[in-house]
Amino acid sequence: MKTVAIVGASLAGLSAARSLRVQGYDGRLLVIGDESHRPYDRPPLSKEFLTGAVSEAELALETDGEDLGAEWILGARAVGLGTRDRTVRLADDREVRADGVVIATGATARTLPGSDGLAGVHVVRTLDDARALRDDLALGGRLMVVGGGFVGAEVASTARGMGLDVTLVVAGPTPLSGVLGPDMAAAVSLLHGDHGVRLLCGTGVRGVTGGPADGSGTDRGRVTAVLLDDGRSIPADIVVAGIGATPCTGWLEGSGVALDNGVRCGTDGTTSVPGVVAVGDCAAWYDPALTDHRRIEHWTGAKERPATAVAALLSGGTAPFAPPRPPYFWSDQYGVRIQFAGHAAQADSVTVEDGDPADRSFLAVYRRAGHPVAVLGVDRTKVFTRWRRQLATAAAQAGVA
Amino acid sequence: MVIPACRLDDLPRGESHRLETDPPVAVFHTEDGEIYAIDDTCTHQDASLADGWLEGCWVECPLHASKFDLRTGGADAPPARLPVRTHEVVIEDGVIHVVLSDAPPNLPPSCTAARLIGGSA
Repeated sequence: MKTVAIVGASLAGLSAARSLRVQGYDGRLLVIGDESHRPYDRPPLSKEFLTGAVSEAELALETDGEDLGAEWILGARAVGLGTRDRTVRLADDREVRADGVVIATGATARTLPGSDGLAGVHVVRTLDDARALRDDLALGGRLMVVGGGFVGAEVASTARGMGLDVTLVVAGPTPLSGVLGPDMAAAVSLLHGDHGVRLLCGTGVRGVTGGPADGSGTDRGRVTAVLLDDGRSIPADIVVAGIGATPCTGWLEGSGVALDNGVRCGTDGTTSVPGVVAVGDCAAWYDPALTDHRRIEHWTGAKERPATAVAALLSGGTAPFAPPRPPYFWSDQYGVRIQFAGHAAQADSVTVEDGDPADRSFLAVYRRAGHPVAVLGVDRTKVFTRWRRQLATAAAQAGVA
Repeated sequence: MVIPACRLDDLPRGESHRLETDPPVAVFHTEDGEIYAIDDTCTHQDASLADGWLEGCWVECPLHASKFDLRTGGADAPPARLPVRTHEVVIEDGVIHVVLSDAPPNLPPSCTAARLIGGSA
């Protein structure tokens, strides 16, 4: 293999580049990114970056003096993949031919209906998104956060800490009910009320409304309110939509790479096309524990899994591999550390085994037929690590068996 | 300064021991039988590396998953950017001793960010 092209220059793409070099690949290495920035870290974008506690320079994922011997093609969006000769077509009609391709194009944030061109309405996915939100939050006012995931909960927490008046609206019974299950999500969501954030649950959002444009341009003016499904209109100066992301796989349509809510992959990141692997948020790896393909949109997966995918790429899919560790994520809200590993949806019971939700400090274990399948820690770091390790050991043994 | 940490027999392979020095020090016994000592506090945010995930010669911060090389103290990826200090280890009469480094520690910025986000702190 003489040329490898990595399409996507965020954590998963960078991790793939590092893994290639660590695993002895010394050929030509191209990293293609649609943003103009070098790889940067996204978790702080919904937290410390908004307050100014973390600067843009501190987001850099590459270490000082790190040299991967890669050619960086930034600000270049991939628009097509020719799978016969593994040619990546770029938006400016350039073509890059490679012997191996790593797909790491990530996902794009969903937006609210009616929000196009309306000032004051934000998503938080990219550095440019976060810059715009940071500038708006600095003005203060009434913030309406839409969405029951991590981005929404973290932005609500951060903005409240900055003194804004914050309302969080979620379609489900509580924020995080999908990932934590209803009972534990309810326990964790008490943090919002504790810190004076209004929580509106069980209602969807129909769209946003804006004030008249000032006539100076083609813009539609600034957002004034969020329209809820139940007919209410909630006034807002700033709106943040944290309503999920869709995988960036449009450029692969018709290429022959199998897609199904992301790039359909084996347990090692291999796709339906030889010489092409996929990693990160756009990749739906087969998960033996779930007996299904699943996109894992977590930082840890984007960092760890590329090593496996790259080994498969370099070996033609014959490299032995260990099953990935159970998905792990963390979230920092209101100064509380929330950590989760495993799959809550598999569980038939959840028990608090340490601490007390009333103290906002506890550990809960999710079990299926008596076997642990997931663990949640809220300000319980040490015991959480022990449980997380135990889950990983069990998963590895199941993978071998 | 040399500080006795614990008996070698009391620290099985794969385990860690935290010394309540200022700043605290973490002593690790790897699966391969090596003993290492590093500063216990992650350079990114206030978290105890003795609570972290030990794998080979690396310990993963229990909070945000940066890994530190026990041999050099170097971090593999953000959010941690600075290395932790490493300390020399001496074993005498079955007791692990830590020879504290003279270098300045890389401690996290006193959790300023957490306080800002926490609001009510």
